[in-house]
This record gives sequence, structure tokens and C-alpha cells, in this order.
Amino acid sequence: MQRSIDTQLFEWPSDDPRLVGSECTACSVVTFPRQTSCPRCCGADVVPRRLGTSGRLWTWTTQEFLPKPPYALARSAGEFAPFRVGYVELPGEVLVESRIVAADDEPVVIGMPMRLTFVPLFTDAAGDEVICFAFEPLREGA
Amino acid sequence: MSEVAIIGIGLHPFGRTPHRSGLEQGVVAAQAALADARLSWKEVQYAFGGSHSAGNADTMVDRLGLTGLPFINVANGCATGGSALIGAYMAISSGQCDVAIAVGFDKHEAGAFSVNPRDWGLGNWYGEAGLALTTQFFAMKLHRYMHDYGITHDTLVRVAAKAYANGALNPNAWRRKALSYEEIAQSPMLNEPLRKYMFCSPAEGAAALVLASAAAVRKFGGKPVTLRAAVIRTRNFGSFEVFSPSLALQRAPSPSVFASRAAYEMAAVGPEDVDIAQLQDTESGAEIIHMAENGFCRDGDQEAMIREEQTCIGGRLPINTDGGCLANGEPIGASGLRQVYELCLQLRGDAGARQVPNKARIGYSHVYGAPGVSAVTVLAV
Repeated sequence: MQRSIDTQLFEWPSDDPRLVGSECTACSVVTFPRQTSCPRCCGADVVPRRLGTSGRLWTWTTQEFLPKPPYALARSAGEFAPFRVGYVELPGEVLVESRIVAADDEPVVIGMPMRLTFVPLFTDAAGDEVICFAFEPLREGA
Repeated sequence: MSEVAIIGIGLHPFGRTPHRSGLEQGVVAAQAALADARLSWKEVQYAFGGSHSAGNADTMVDRLGLTGLPFINVANGCATGGSALIGAYMAISSGQCDVAIAVGFDKHEAGAFSVNPRDWGLGNWYGEAGLALTTQFFAMKLHRYMHDYGITHDTLVRVAAKAYANGALNPNAWRRKALSYEEIAQSPMLNEPLRKYMFCSPAEGAAALVLASAAAVRKFGGKPVTLRAAVIRTRNFGSFEVFSPSLALQRAPSPSVFASRAAYEMAAVGPEDVDIAQLQDTESGAEIIHMAENGFCRDGDQEAMIREEQTCIGGRLPINTDGGCLANGEPIGASGLRQVYELCLQLRGDAGARQVPNKARIGYSHVYGAPGVSAVTVLAV
């Protein structure tokens, strides 16, 4: 079985899964994950918003040491595989923090086009495969 | 508001002290500050203290003396020490009391801080997926800053080298060995572009300050350092902060910028008047970015300033003269007060081998922490 890492974050399962944030009806500010109030104007009238699927990398880094719990992909330095994270700017909406999925030798640079994807991250105690959103470089011709 | 001065300073050495709890280190620092002020605990009328991971500050009254004084525990992340100082400052400036103490201490396990996402209003997924690391935030803020303003890897190495060189002159520092450019530049990459020796490490230590009103200064004498400003600010909409699953399209300055401006206004000085500064250096890049956020230069000017050694002891604006967080480690509750301890020592001319030679009159301290809080002080002699 597959399950979403958090049912509040994105539509799953779905033929066209999207991240779901919230949008303030008063000032149009978009947040992710969804909130019950607006961080900009303090308004409480916010509605869910399906977010776009592509944007540009605003900044990034690597994670090259084992994170402490509740990190779920590895429990020991031996099991740990380094990964990248970054913020992707979805035009007109919001910048989303995400794991960046790219080949180890694939260069990642600020400003490069990215698109939304969904990846199995780990298997939980019940044996279910846990799915999380991620972004990957939008390659030529893809 | 009436004038407030720091009349006593105390420190427990930073680093690792296996035989002493964090709380006990806080008691040592408090007693040292009282001795420096030539006061007894019975003369302290108000106390503010805090730690992140080493227990309740107010329990130290059973070691210091059960005098019944009001003691307020403070928990404000990396700004815990700075917040305790602001509490003591306000207690005196408002006329509530004449003598107050601020104490901060901590004792953390080795390795990066452990984070429970729920403490930060986030789902557990954030930690499970590997995003709940403060180090990633610092690296990502820095990466963007380097991209926008042309800060180079060379400058990151130079900042770390300065910190360890200063730490080597500080008997209370944790890391008292200067590291070469190559040792830093070739240390393992942790979060690109930041390497192992560019990061501070969670550690242990304590610092305490005794504050007094003008009347108490006249009564007790000593070597008062005037607290000209003590300001704390949290984030505005659009600032880029630790533990943010998303960021607004609209960018706003960091809370450090607002705290800094308010502090200059309160102290009636400008950044050009500051002779010595202690800026939060969680990692090399933080010191660089904080130079601009606190008004000491324009974005990008750090490249030349650091290459010309303007921020070294002996330079135009010495920064983190005690080795900062890089050489002292980061006991969260204690770091903000350590900075002020160092400024007092320097302004009094008591800093020994690391004494700045420029007859410093105005000192400036700055801390920044999760989830977007900044505390600034301006000191003067």
C-alpha cells in the first residue's frame, strides 16, 4: 500500500495530484501548507488553493549528514544518503520548500526551471510506502 | 526612561564540562557576576534567566539564596539571553527595582540540534522528510545571498579563520586552537556551501550580568557600562526564516534589521559610531549577512571589508572578538549574554590578549534565532 506522508499537504491518490495551500480572500496571499488565517493581513477568511506544478529554483542546499529523528529515511550514518533541498518559486503564488530530486552528478543552480513530482520516501512501520512531494529539474524536451 | 548600567559580569567557561550540570554552570556565572559587582545575592531585587535544554533558571535560587526575589524564566530560542537582559533592563528602567540580574546557561548533546516539528507549529512530515534542520536554513539563506551579492567561498573561510584565531586568545572559549585556511576550506561539506568548521556546534556554558539603576551605580561604584539600548523584534511578513515550509513572494527584511534600527534610535548613535560588535555567527555566512543587516555595510561590501581584515582585532570594526559562536560553541541560553560579557570586558579595557586597541567606547551585540527573533543591545562607556 501507498500512503501520503501527510494528507493535508497534497491530493493523493489522484490522477493529477497537486500541492494544496490556502489563499486569503482579502489580500490574496498564498501559504503552504494550508493555514486557517492569513499571516499578512491577519484575516480569517482563507480558502484552499491547488498550487501550480512548475517554477524556478530560488535557493538550495545539500544535506550531507544524518538528520536526527524524526527523520525517517535512515537511522544510521551507514544507511544515510545525502540529498538536496531548496525553495521553488511558483509564479504568482508562493515559494515552496522541498526535497530536490536530481541525479547525483546533475548540477543544480539558482534560477533553473523545476517541476512538481511525487516520490516514495520510506516504508513505515506498517509496511506502507510513504509518498512525499518533491521538485525535479525540468529537463529539455521533457 | 532612567539610565541602566551593567555593573557586574560573570562567565562559566564554554565548551564541555562533564562534571557540572547546565544549571550549576549558571550558578557559577551568577556568582562570578555578583563578585565582579562586589554585591551579594541579597542585594539583587529581580532576576531573569533561561536555558533551552538545561532546566528552569529559577531553581538556582536554592544555590544562590532563598531571598524571595521575583525570578522570571525566559525561553526565546537563541534570543533567550538577550530576552533575559531586556527583562532586567525594563525592570530597572521602569523603576521597579535598582538591581537586577540576567543569567543564561545551557548544556546540549553533541551534534545538530534535535527538533520536534510540532514545537514549531509544523507537521511531523517536515522532520520525517529531512527538512527540520536549522543548518539547511542558514545554508539556503547564504546561498541566495552569495548569488545576489557576490560573496565568495573564500570569504566564508576567512570569517571562520578569524573566529578560531580570536578563540585562541580567549581562555574561556571552547575551541582555543587557531585553524588554518586549508583546514577550514577542506573540512567536510555539511550543507552546501557550508563546511564543518564554518558552523558553530551546540555546547555548554553560562553567562550572567548584574544591572543597576543610576542610583545603585552611585551607591555601589565599580566599572559601570551603560546599556544605551536593548531591543527585541520578531519577524514581519515576507522575511526568510528557519522552519518555513513556504515563503511569501514578497521579500521583507529580517527581524535583525528592525531590531537594529530601533536600537540605534534608542541609543542615539549610528552604525558608524560603533567601535566593536558581536554578531550572531551561527555559521560564517550569518556573520557576513548580519554585518549588513545591522547597518555596518551595504550588501556585498563584506567581501572587501573581510579581505582587508577590518573585522579582525585591530581592524576598523572588530567583530566577535571572543571567537563568537564558532569558537565558543552555542549553548542557546547563554550566547546572547556571552556577547554582552565580552563587550563589557572590551569597553572596560579588561580583555587581556584580545583587547581591541582602538579605545572602544560604543559596543553593539546582536543575536538571531528561530523562528525569527532578534535581540540587539548598544553599550557605552
